[in-house]
This record gives sequence, structure tokens and C-alpha cells, in this order.
Amino acid sequence: MIRTVVAVATKELHQILRDPRTLAILLLFPAFMLLIYGYALNFDLRDVRLAVQDQDRSTESRALVSAFTNSGYFQLVGYVDSDEEITALVNRNQARAVLVVPSRFEQDVRSRRPTTVQVIIDGDNANTASTVMGYAQAIVAEFSTAISLRATPLNSPRASIALEPRIWYNPQLRSTLFLVPGLIAFISMVTAVVSTALSVVREKERGTMEQIRMSPIGPMSFVLGKTLPYLALSFVAALLILVTARILFDLPMRGSWVLLCGSILLFLIGAQAQGLLISSIASSQQVAFQVALLSSFLPTFILSGFIFPLSSMPVVVQGISHIVPARYFLVVLRAIVLKGAGLAAVWEQLVWLAVFSTVALALASLRLRREWS
Amino acid sequence: MAAIDVRDLSRRFGSFLAVDSLSFQVQQGEIFGFLGANGAGKSTTIRMLCGLLRPSSGTALVGGVDVADDPEAVKRRIGYMSQRFSLYELLTVDQNIQFFGGIYGLTRERFAARRQFVLDMAGLHGRERTLTRDLPGGWRQRLALGCAILHEPPIVFLDEPTGGVDPLSRRQFWDLIDRMSDAGTTVLVTTHYLDEAEHCHRIAIIQAGKLAAIGTTTELKQAFRDRPIMEVQAAQPVAAMTALDALEEVEKTSLFGTSLHVVLRRADRAEEVITRALREAGVEVRQVSRVTPSLEDVFLDVVERTGAAS
Repeated sequence: MIRTVVAVATKELHQILRDPRTLAILLLFPAFMLLIYGYALNFDLRDVRLAVQDQDRSTESRALVSAFTNSGYFQLVGYVDSDEEITALVNRNQARAVLVVPSRFEQDVRSRRPTTVQVIIDGDNANTASTVMGYAQAIVAEFSTAISLRATPLNSPRASIALEPRIWYNPQLRSTLFLVPGLIAFISMVTAVVSTALSVVREKERGTMEQIRMSPIGPMSFVLGKTLPYLALSFVAALLILVTARILFDLPMRGSWVLLCGSILLFLIGAQAQGLLISSIASSQQVAFQVALLSSFLPTFILSGFIFPLSSMPVVVQGISHIVPARYFLVVLRAIVLKGAGLAAVWEQLVWLAVFSTVALALASLRLRREWS
Repeated sequence: MAAIDVRDLSRRFGSFLAVDSLSFQVQQGEIFGFLGANGAGKSTTIRMLCGLLRPSSGTALVGGVDVADDPEAVKRRIGYMSQRFSLYELLTVDQNIQFFGGIYGLTRERFAARRQFVLDMAGLHGRERTLTRDLPGGWRQRLALGCAILHEPPIVFLDEPTGGVDPLSRRQFWDLIDRMSDAGTTVLVTTHYLDEAEHCHRIAIIQAGKLAAIGTTTELKQAFRDRPIMEVQAAQPVAAMTALDALEEVEKTSLFGTSLHVVLRRADRAEEVITRALREAGVEVRQVSRVTPSLEDVFLDVVERTGAAS
């Protein structure tokens, strides 16, 4: 058994190595996709171009402006004096936001009178605008809290209570940290399913399958020998994505590498079983490719919580998402990488992954066995 | 004991009876030709004999093992090669041999010896590292045969092994088959080339899933002992054909190049009957002579007669 598995695996590896395109697609394409998606799927706003109309020109107004520029979200492009200048800057897209500080700002602040600052935001992109508004509100709120605390003596009963948003694990709310684990799951899933789906149907198409079935080798040895090289390759590809993400997107690694690698393997085995199942049913490489792409791409993209939160989906769709392995893998990945979670925290998801892999493997081998004899 | 012993073998696909109570025996060391039109049931029979397909009824013993009981044991005793199977084209000659050594579980020493044998047999020394894709057809074919018999099976199935190969390579290929047979290997071969079938010790012709004829080529040609095939050279072949077809003594006529082949229902006075008929029809006769039937004549005859009967 082991010798026949090795024979098939060696043959498969020889074939892969002979075909540099497949190899490149398997190894480099995932990292390439990470690059594209990693930069494209960035919901963060950094360095929003900010102009300031400071009508007060006081210590307090300058303090407010530095609060904006020091936040990291805003980048000061210059001071303006007139309303016309504001319009011109925004129209020419040189400023996406303008902070207007009224005269008497310092006076109002120091005498603890309510006062208002104005922020003008370019609304051509509603999403961006609301994000910028959120940033501005947070900064102003923080600034106002600081002032009221400073103004009231320590024994004052009316300390102002402000909501202090503190977000764990991703304090800067960088969406890449949230997205990269999803990308790893997404890309691994697609490459593992597609490569395995093609591998068996290719032999059927070429007629070599018939020859192998004439030999005393059983379906299990054949399948194991065929999938092991792809499992190894997909695993290396997944690690390459992780390394790329660490270099390009400062992805942290707070948990155990062993647990992470184990989870990745479990996930990949399930993905390969899915590919095998497709391969054993499909009659041509073309069909196999399309089915593999559709059945891995869409569910993993939409139904895994990769981008769209599952909790906001209709109940039926949420139910369907339970058969998408990436759903579990994503939780595990985010937990291990971002939170440093251990086995105790993720075992339940791993069990579901194992269930998926087992069911898919069983279906695939049943189907292959039936075709074998 | 026969190497292959088939009794009342049938295979049904739904309501379609692909193989219909086939019975025949193949002796050890025999080259047994399996002829039939496309769809006659050749491939279905071979697939049953190789343990790939369960018979619907009847028995088939291959190397003494019942194919329905233990297909895996059958697979260990046989080698299989088909024209469709083109090895793994992206692997080198050596990698292909290694793969087959691996899946048949050859030990290291035995593999080394068998690898030498295959390279000798196929004339592939010095080409071990050539991609199979880049080998000429004849070499590829011999390599495929070598891989199929790497584990020295006592029984070998060749399913249209010489399709798309030049005549010289086909000749070399049949020399290899003759040598295997001399060494005691049983060979069951299907082919569309009837000249090749002359190499077989015995031939079975199947038609619509049934055994239509079986025997040595000489035995099969006996079908024409009392029905002579006459070759007629005439000035106007088409007019000659019409005239001869009208004769009661004539079974059928066919154009054969520029001459005419005429099958008669009786052996006596064949030449005389033809010459007289043509002279009466005003066709100039150049030559009339009896020809020995070819296997092609036998095959077409069997197919037409069983086709008419069913």
C-alpha cells in the first residue's frame, strides 16, 4: 500500500514539476492574489487631506488642529482664509475635509460655554465620508473631554462621561488584519479544490485512468498518492501567503504555529476532498474546473464571514453557511493569529472542520470506489 | 487447463445485451485474435476478463481465477495495453517504467532486471531521459507494451495495440508478440487490421455480442471451400457486375480495384459459368481465376451472414 502510494505520488510530482505553469499557479498565484486583494480590499482611511480655516488663531484652536493631525487619520494640507478657498480646494480634490474653527473658540472653551466647530466633508463617496465623519467626531469628543476635565477641579462631581471606544486586537481598526486571515482561507480553498479537481479527471480524459484500473492498485492508494503532492503544495502556498502577509501587512502571529499548521492542514484536507468529489463526478477537465471554481469561490467569498458579516444575513443563508468549511476555518485563523487563542478556544470549530473533511472524503471515496469496479 | 476459459459469459447494460453467452478457451502460449466490428462487444468482453466489469451471467476463468470472485487476483496475473493508452506523456521513459514498477510492487532487484528488459525490448537504450511525448509512435508503443508486461504477467490483453503506427513498427511489434508467445505468454489481441490477424494462432469473430466464428485462419477460410472466390478482369467491370449478379449461381459480387470478386454458390465449373455469362452479355473477358480467400473475405462474410440471420 505505502509503496504504491509513493509510486503514484512520485509520478504526480514528476508531472507537476514538468508543467511549470501549474506549479507557478499553485505556489505563486495565491501570494499574488493576496497582494491584489490585500491592497484593494482596504476599508481604512489614512492621511485624509485636511484643510483648516482657523478664525480664532488661538492656543486652543491650534491644540484642536494638532489633535486632528496627530491622530494619524488626517494630514494637514494647509490653512485657508476664505470660503471661496475652501470650495476651490474641495472641488479640486486637494482637500477631502475642512475644519472650521470659529472666532471666540478659545474664549468659549475657557469660559466653559458650549461651542461648535465645523467639519466640511467631501461627500462624493458616502462610505468614505461617513468614516471621516466618525474620525472627526471621535477626535472632537476626545478633545472636549480633555478640556472639561482640565477645567473642573479634581473634586468636581460632574466629570464628563464620554464614550471611549476601545477596540481589541486591532486597536487602529485596520481592516487588513481582519481581511488577511480571510484571504488566506479564501485563496487556499480555491487553489486546493481546483488543483485536486483537475488531477483525477485529467487521467480519465487521457485514458491513463483505464490503465491504472487494470493494475492491482486500489482506489485508496491511487487517491492518496494523487492528493498528497497537492496537499503538500497547497500547504506551502498557504505558508507563503502567511509570510507575505506578515511582510506586507504586518500581520501579527500571536498564537501557536503548531496549532495554526494543524488547522491549515485540516482545512486543506477538506478542500481536497471536495476537489476529489468533483473530479470523480465530472466528465471533463473543463466541467471540473468550472464546478470547482464555483463551489469554492462563491461560498468562501460570500458565506464565510470573510467580508460580509454572517450575523446580518437572513436566517436561511446563515443556515447554508454552516456547510461552508471556510466559515469555521476563518474563526480559527483569526483567533490564532490575532488573539493568540489556544486549542481550548477553537476546538469546536476544528471539530466542524474535521466533520466536513470526513464527510467530503467519505463521499469522494464512495464515488471513486463505485467507478473503480 | 486453459489460460482463459469463458463459459456462457453475458453482460447486459439495461435492456441492451452487449455480450451474449460467449464461450471460448484460450490455451497457454496461444496468440488469440479477437475480431469484430465496433460495438460488437469486444471491449466489454475484455473489460470483464480484466476484472473491470462484473459479468451479468456466466463464468470467466483467467489464469484459473474467476473474474467475478477475485478481480484483484486477476489484475495481478494480467497485463493490459491499449492504443488509447499513451503512457504519461510528461514523464520520461524511465519515470514511466518506474511508475509501473511501483504500482505493481516490484522489488528493487527485480525492477532493475525488468527495466533492462524493457529498454532492450523497446530499443530505448540511451533514451531513458527522453520525454515520452517526444518519442516516435513505434517506440512509444513498444514502451507501453514493456510497461504492461513489466511484472511478467502470464496473460496479456492487447486492445487494438497498433492503431496509428507505421507498417515497419507494426511488424516489429508483432515480432515482440511472437516472442512473448514462444516464451509461454498467452496473448489475447483485438485489431482492425485483418492482415495482422493472420499472425494469430486462432481467431474469434464476434458479432452483436455473439460468437460468430472461431478457429485457425485455415479453418475459417474453409467457409469458402465450396464457395469459390473468382477474380474477374473484364473490360467493363460495372456491366460485368450487373450480368453476374443476375446469375443464380452467383452469391455476391464486389469491386476489387479494377477487377471484380465473385463468390459462387458451387465450386464446380465456376470458371465456365462466369465466362459464358459474360460472353452472352457482350462483355469482353480478359481473365478469370480462383483466388485464395483472405481473412478480410472471411470477416466480411461472417459479419454479413450473421447480420442477415439476426
